[in-house]
Amino acid sequence: MTISAKANAIWAYANPKKFLAASERVLPFFWISSGLCLVVGLTWGFFFTPDDYRQGSTVKIIYLHVPAALLAINTWFMMLVASLIWLIRRHHVSVLAARAAAPVGVVMTVIALVTGAIWGQPMWGTWWAWDPRLTSFLILFLFYLGYIALWEAIENPDAAADLTSVLCLVGSVFAVLSRYAVNFWNQGLHQGASVMRIEAVTGADTQEKVSNVFFFPLLICIVGFVLLFVALVLYRTGTEIRARRFRALLARERAGA
Amino acid sequence: MIALLLRDLKLAFRAGGGFGLGLAFFLILTVLVPFSVGPQSSLLSSIAPGVLWLGALLACLLSLDRLLALDWEDGSLDLLATAPVPLESVVTIKALAHWLTTGLPLVLVAPLLGVLLNLPVAGFFWLVISLLLGTPALSVIGTFGAALTVGLKRGGLLLSLLVLPLYVPTLIFGAEVARRGAAGMETTTPLLMLAGITAAVIALLPFASAAVLRVNLR
Amino acid sequence: MMPDLGKYAETVLSAYVASLVLLAALVLLSLWRGRRMRVQLNELEDRIRQDG
Repeated sequence: MTISAKANAIWAYANPKKFLAASERVLPFFWISSGLCLVVGLTWGFFFTPDDYRQGSTVKIIYLHVPAALLAINTWFMMLVASLIWLIRRHHVSVLAARAAAPVGVVMTVIALVTGAIWGQPMWGTWWAWDPRLTSFLILFLFYLGYIALWEAIENPDAAADLTSVLCLVGSVFAVLSRYAVNFWNQGLHQGASVMRIEAVTGADTQEKVSNVFFFPLLICIVGFVLLFVALVLYRTGTEIRARRFRALLARERAGA
Repeated sequence: MIALLLRDLKLAFRAGGGFGLGLAFFLILTVLVPFSVGPQSSLLSSIAPGVLWLGALLACLLSLDRLLALDWEDGSLDLLATAPVPLESVVTIKALAHWLTTGLPLVLVAPLLGVLLNLPVAGFFWLVISLLLGTPALSVIGTFGAALTVGLKRGGLLLSLLVLPLYVPTLIFGAEVARRGAAGMETTTPLLMLAGITAAVIALLPFASAAVLRVNLR
Repeated sequence: MMPDLGKYAETVLSAYVASLVLLAALVLLSLWRGRRMRVQLNELEDRIRQDG
């Protein structure tokens, strides 16, 4: 009973009015807590952690790089889930949330790539290497661009929602496929220690190698980024809902006049 | 369905431009490569498989916006949608017609262009095999992109933006087969992966293309 | 107050500046567009209500 009641409670927010009211109530909490987490985490990380014996002070970049990279991937995953909900249950809020999340994903991907490049320069001696992880993020970036461009190009809102949702679905499959293809492609080219080292300092593998001194501020930063993501998506979804209502009202007014 | 295929093929030959354009583009691209990277034959022969694959891919991409647009404009796409044939098979036939008129000719001229780029002798066989296996996937994926953008006025550029990321896995494995073949290395693994991608794409993507086309015809 | 960043000071600082600028731009653009949309929608709704 409680489970089904809870499930129904979630779907109630598919109503745009309810969604707007509820998101307005929780948004201040998300803005403030994400700001707090980011300030605390980044300050702790920047000012009060020791340098890594091998990487020197560049290890401080991890507090931006890892959370951004995590969100870059998970934003796409969230868009996939939201698109599926739209395709199956036809909730407008859901697909608008996917649309609202895409630019956030782009910025996260760019942050991950830029901080990665800046970090890579002193560590590997190059801004960019065609390492599987880096390449996958670049491809992910292209997928985001295509998704956003398709939204912008189509005028009919429902058709746009359907088409972008299908694109998100197909794109997800191909993104995973590309990830494996890229893995294969680079290992095929140059095997050896350099890839291992690159793998060890980029992305999720680091978690095992990062000692506690670095880990707690990193955790706070990740939480801060996630909260910021939630705040941004809720806020931007509200904007999208208003934008659509605005266009609908305008069209109705013109038709009436 | 066979009638539809024959009709598409006939139209492609009669329209003239579309059929030869892809090939001409492929030729010009290959001729331009030595101008941009220099005439050293060792360099050319090492990049030849990749350049030929990329050229074939771009030539394929170039002809995509005509794939459905003509039928969309004269309304025959609406007729096809209401015909007793399921839209999934219509889309598949469209992709097949595109492959026969664009992909297959590209595969056939690729070895000739390989001569221009000093492709090693061992590479010719693998280049043709990899293109033969890979270009059907390019056509099918391209049909999906064309179906997504069919209703748009300036869909051409958007089509490229949408389709190119989807081409990444095919390009990686296809070019890998050609490159390894040219270097005389083992090609089984990438060849299997390429074949797997092509088979999966042919089996599954027409459903997505048809769904998208239905939305656009709504 | 500033920690000693050693020879990598430029690297670390540029990474922080770039990321924070990007994040700030994202937040500010979202807020700006949200505000504008809200104002526009309110104006339109008022106008429609007046016209009856």
